[in-house]
Amino acid sequence: MSGWVEVEGLQVCGPNGPIVDQVSFQVAKGEVLALIGESGSGKTTIALALMGYVRGGCRITSGAIRVGGRDLVASRERQLQALRGAKIAYIAQSAAAAFNPSLNLMDQVVEPALAHRLMDRASAEAKALDLFRALGLPSPETIGRRYPHQVSGGQLQRLMAAMALITDPELVILDEPTTALDVTTQIEALRVFKRVVRDLGVSAVYVSHDLAVVAQMADRIVVLNNGRVREQGAAEQVLEAPADPYTRSLVAAAQARRPHPSGRVEDAEAVLELRGVSARYGRGPEVLHDIDLALPRGGSLGVIGESGSGKSTLARVVSGLLPAASGEVRLAGRTLAPTVGKRTREELRRIQIVFQNADTALNPAHTVGRLLARPVALYEGLRGAALEARVRELLDLIRLPAGFANRRCGELSGGQKQRINLARALAARPDVVLCDEVTSALDTVVAAAMLAFLAELRRELGLSMIFISHDISAVQEVCDEVAVFYAGEIVERAPAADLAQAARHPYTELLLASTPQLRRGWLESAPVCAPANIHR
Amino acid sequence: MSEAAIDIAVQEPAVPPGGPPVGPLGLGAAWRRLPLSGRIGALVVAFWLVTALAGPWIAPYPIGAIVAGDVFEPPSLRHLLGSDYLGRDVLSRMLTGARYTVGLALASAAAASFMGASLALLAAVSARWIDEALSRFMDAMISLPSKVLALVMVAAFGASTPLLLMTLAVTYTPGAYRIARALAVGLNQMDYVQAARARGEGRFYIARSEILPNMINPVLADFGLRFGFVVLLLSGLSFLGLGVQPPNADLGSLVRENTSGLAAGAPAIVAPAVAIATLTIAVNLLIDGLSGGRLRAGGTGE
Repeated sequence: MSGWVEVEGLQVCGPNGPIVDQVSFQVAKGEVLALIGESGSGKTTIALALMGYVRGGCRITSGAIRVGGRDLVASRERQLQALRGAKIAYIAQSAAAAFNPSLNLMDQVVEPALAHRLMDRASAEAKALDLFRALGLPSPETIGRRYPHQVSGGQLQRLMAAMALITDPELVILDEPTTALDVTTQIEALRVFKRVVRDLGVSAVYVSHDLAVVAQMADRIVVLNNGRVREQGAAEQVLEAPADPYTRSLVAAAQARRPHPSGRVEDAEAVLELRGVSARYGRGPEVLHDIDLALPRGGSLGVIGESGSGKSTLARVVSGLLPAASGEVRLAGRTLAPTVGKRTREELRRIQIVFQNADTALNPAHTVGRLLARPVALYEGLRGAALEARVRELLDLIRLPAGFANRRCGELSGGQKQRINLARALAARPDVVLCDEVTSALDTVVAAAMLAFLAELRRELGLSMIFISHDISAVQEVCDEVAVFYAGEIVERAPAADLAQAARHPYTELLLASTPQLRRGWLESAPVCAPANIHR
Repeated sequence: MSEAAIDIAVQEPAVPPGGPPVGPLGLGAAWRRLPLSGRIGALVVAFWLVTALAGPWIAPYPIGAIVAGDVFEPPSLRHLLGSDYLGRDVLSRMLTGARYTVGLALASAAAASFMGASLALLAAVSARWIDEALSRFMDAMISLPSKVLALVMVAAFGASTPLLLMTLAVTYTPGAYRIARALAVGLNQMDYVQAARARGEGRFYIARSEILPNMINPVLADFGLRFGFVVLLLSGLSFLGLGVQPPNADLGSLVRENTSGLAAGAPAIVAPAVAIATLTIAVNLLIDGLSGGRLRAGGTGE
């Protein structure tokens, strides 16, 4: 045992039994260790335990955690308080939620140093200024006077890093620090984190679910599943020669996916067409400008772009939830009314939307059977046994046993819920399915299975689909053609298979270049390009 | 290749079925799902309902008759709960009075919660101006002190039982509306409501099937709380001579009229006070038990 941080046989128990069990690892001084796993794997629980902290209702039942020779499990709360924020720093996932919106940034960045009485205010502010420069923040002299809502998400994440680093901690815990960021913003944050951690020579624990990101950041990787260590070792070994079957499935899911061949694009006739569509929310600014799109019958169109690019608004306009400010939406050659209320039931049936998050898209008060039966009863008027038979058929289509009809969504896993979310749309026997970020709330392995399933369904049912996502590789897997959205406009349209070759617009190039790859050293070789340099 | 991927998805651990299976929702099933506290509440509520129905027939003495030898007599075999400030039999007065408290207060609290929740659902799924109009009207109602509003209504229209019921219901509707509307408007933004809207569902269906099941628990809890307020307001009105008219009396007015016996610890004041307390607590226990059971069965709880 010769780690700077040593965790030995750690067990953390919650109200329903162990969350983390028999976890042991070490981090050497100046080393970056990654904890990787899916939601529920216990990675955040371990990260918090490294500060001697457990969430309410949980407790450390056995094992030892030593940081720099101090045993955190045996320490008293007062001793732990002296460590947290001073010797051990934490960078949380959502900087927007971690900053107090009513204090200016400088006040919050210097707070740990002042709270621990490590330096006076003037020297703390001088230190903060150095960190702002090191973290590549724009106008470092004045940014401290701004408030959290006045800087971008990526900048806020870097400011949180400054807050963590101001006390010269010996251990930095980064808990999914870039998950909430767009890919084009993420790459810059990753670069900065890596450089700062290396320059300061601190030990770091990097928590993430994204293997490609971890590949760039970590020296060593610990793979977690259901609260246990499945595999640990040097990053190269885990990524290139994974020993454990679970690690292998993770690596396979993260690798660039084979594009699925297109479905049956029978004719060139467009089933869905948008002509000069613009849209805005209320009296706000236009979020979609003059969009022209055509979706061939049986085709699959990917829509990619970052948050705020208008891609979800597109789905709302097509489904009639948000009336277009101008332009028209045509279904099989006939112009649709702009709002749901003015469309016929038949028109509504033919376009179905699948929302991103099954937890909010499926009514928790209803059983699965009722959720799936409703569209069937509404559009086809089926009742009784015929209705039940159709529900069983739908469950069969999404490979779930018929007994699921009596369950509620709270009893199902994320992947199962998302398939039910999809089945509800399919229950209407639609011509066009709008999939809005249907894989982004899912874990990597489950998301990969969902994509494969979608591609298979397309082949089976001949669906036409608009697949909205921020994930290029997901889009490439299920789509024939890709439209790249940037600031409410389509900046590029290209066949999905050779987007990389066909890309002309600088934003598409940036997007492609920013998508993390599993290859070690990708981060260093990726070209530096800021989103601000892009002109429409 | 896709088959293999799907296999992985099927193997992912599902949360084991949480609550009991969802079956026919009869009384027996509801009883089995109740926790102990809920069952106690249900028994006490049932006791008071029976008392309210059968009370006048099993009361040993007429309600207004002065039958005891002295005022504030202690319990005896002839008068199980002693006598009141005029020497009337307290047990008889309580058995007759329970009808007003249980019937009137329960009915008007239920009416207030029902109207509040219905109007809130209407406001949530309707056009903006309907929501605005309803909400401003309710705000105006709330700004009137509830006792003054009730006083004005009783003074204007007289103190008959149906009018009393309406007065109490109208007084407590705005509060119920406020809470229910906040819930309904929040739920109206949920993706599943958007999905229903995109599917072409009518407003009535959305309100009843998508929004209502998800707001019913807090609305029920609010009803339990409101019931307590109504009992208090009813006894307040009775005290002012605007509620239940003498010689009849609800449980609240029994407490009020016997306050002078408090120093002596007479059962004339203790008994009705205990009755109000048990009834209010039991209603809350029952409702908490019911919504707890629903939460577990619905899988929406923590």
